[in-house]
Amino acid sequence: MKRHLISAADLTRDDAVLILDTAEEMARFADRPIKKLPTLRGRTIVNLFFEDSTRTRISFEAAAKRLSADVINFSAKGSSVSKGESLKDTALTLEAMGADAVVIRHGDSGAPHRLATSGWIGGSVVNAGDGTHEHPTQALLDAFTMRRRLVGEEGAALDGRRITIVGDILHSRVARSNVHLLSTLGAHVTLVAPPTLVPIGVESWPCEVSYDLDAVLTKSDAVMMLRVQRERMNAAFFPTEREYARRYGLDGERMARMPEQAIVMHPGPMNRGMEITAEVADSPRCTAVEQVANGVSIRMAVMYLLLGGSEPALSREDTAHPSPAATPDGGAARRRVAEENN
Amino acid sequence: MDDNSSSLHPARPVLEAPDIKRVLTRIAHEIVERAKGADDVVLLGIPTRGVFLARRLAAKLEEITGSAIPVGSLDITMYRDDLRLGPARTLAHTEIPAEGVDGRLIVLVDDVLYSGRTIRAALDALGDIGRPRAVQLAVLVDRGHRELPIRADYVGKNLPTSQRETVKVQLTEEDGHDGVLLGTRASESEHAEGSTRLRRGTAPAG
Repeated sequence: MKRHLISAADLTRDDAVLILDTAEEMARFADRPIKKLPTLRGRTIVNLFFEDSTRTRISFEAAAKRLSADVINFSAKGSSVSKGESLKDTALTLEAMGADAVVIRHGDSGAPHRLATSGWIGGSVVNAGDGTHEHPTQALLDAFTMRRRLVGEEGAALDGRRITIVGDILHSRVARSNVHLLSTLGAHVTLVAPPTLVPIGVESWPCEVSYDLDAVLTKSDAVMMLRVQRERMNAAFFPTEREYARRYGLDGERMARMPEQAIVMHPGPMNRGMEITAEVADSPRCTAVEQVANGVSIRMAVMYLLLGGSEPALSREDTAHPSPAATPDGGAARRRVAEENN
Repeated sequence: MDDNSSSLHPARPVLEAPDIKRVLTRIAHEIVERAKGADDVVLLGIPTRGVFLARRLAAKLEEITGSAIPVGSLDITMYRDDLRLGPARTLAHTEIPAEGVDGRLIVLVDDVLYSGRTIRAALDALGDIGRPRAVQLAVLVDRGHRELPIRADYVGKNLPTSQRETVKVQLTEEDGHDGVLLGTRASESEHAEGSTRLRRGTAPAG
């Protein structure tokens, strides 16, 4: 059984759909006067953030609190990490405090994997973004937003939907996670970026690559604009910001050429005037704010599925005990379990 | 129960389709009688089969009173006390009718009343949604063995059972036909049953 969420590539299609369906139920709780569930009472979740983040940390914190878990926020600034403590010693400290799950954001790709496989801690590890590697819960909330807007049907995947991801693919963990997850869900993904911002080895990814935004726009059901990550730009990837905005930015005129039902997505934070104009960012077709709200539901679903039982509900293809959802007779098996608990 | 064990211990029907129909008609009349008209009644079924029973009851109530009765569903998974005894469970829908629950007479509907733990969870879930005027409970079968101080207001059939026995409610909406079967649990040394028991934990939850 899988205990961690490190990479979107680890999720099977059944897992991904189960998370989206569970998030759909979690979203319903958000409309209630009391937005709190007793499900994770007595569990401790540590938010271990070595890198700046506003929405992701707040989102994980809100999700954990709505499930009644105890939340400990740990940010590297002002902690013993700034005094030179290693990831291992930090992890051992958290383990000694009895953390049931660690949500980690780290500037180095692979840090969550190291934490999960080192044996330093016994709890679940959830990757909240590591370097330029992955950000699986962001991909899940993006897929959730797309399914709501483009499919509108629970239990469904994203088969045949055409998703375009535009911008700084090279530095984007959001893009990596999305490519894996969206292709697992049956969507057709196209990456659009200047050649300098396309990572090496992209040929092996389950997606297509284009350098021409205008050619792809008219055939897209969703266009995801990525932030140009100035903090990771240590070389001249494009001549000027104005040229980038002209060739790869989304303005009102470009948006008008998209299919009627197509949506514009942005994982935030947005650089208005750079990859997206204010006109597009504030239009009803832009789902940026919706994505933030959906993020809480998705993270509640992930926490519930990882910590809600004695063992996680997510499967792994190489597992010896497939989850009910992964077996051909999955529905019947699940029903049977439900029946026996009447 | 899985097919293997039920063939070893054939299940005996205790209610057939016409019985279930009659029982639901009677419960509907009892609700109208107790609520003096059912004006403020809201039916909430507990997934999976409780929801279908609630819808059937709502249809009967509409026949009797001539006005539509709000009906919805209340998933109790997140409120269970045995979540840590098995893998995380798949959630079912909670759909509260637009009328809400505040000041209403809520009738919870479930198929089998057993330990009472499901109803305890349902009361907790309901408390997070609003404050009903009163809460009542309607079940198709009460099989005894309560583990909490909970009783049903409307019972389709009292069915004295031993804990070795199983009660299975089948409804057309889910199973293709109506019926209630009483069977015997296969011995726990059997592999198939053993793994099922492991998955659902030791305490029966119903």
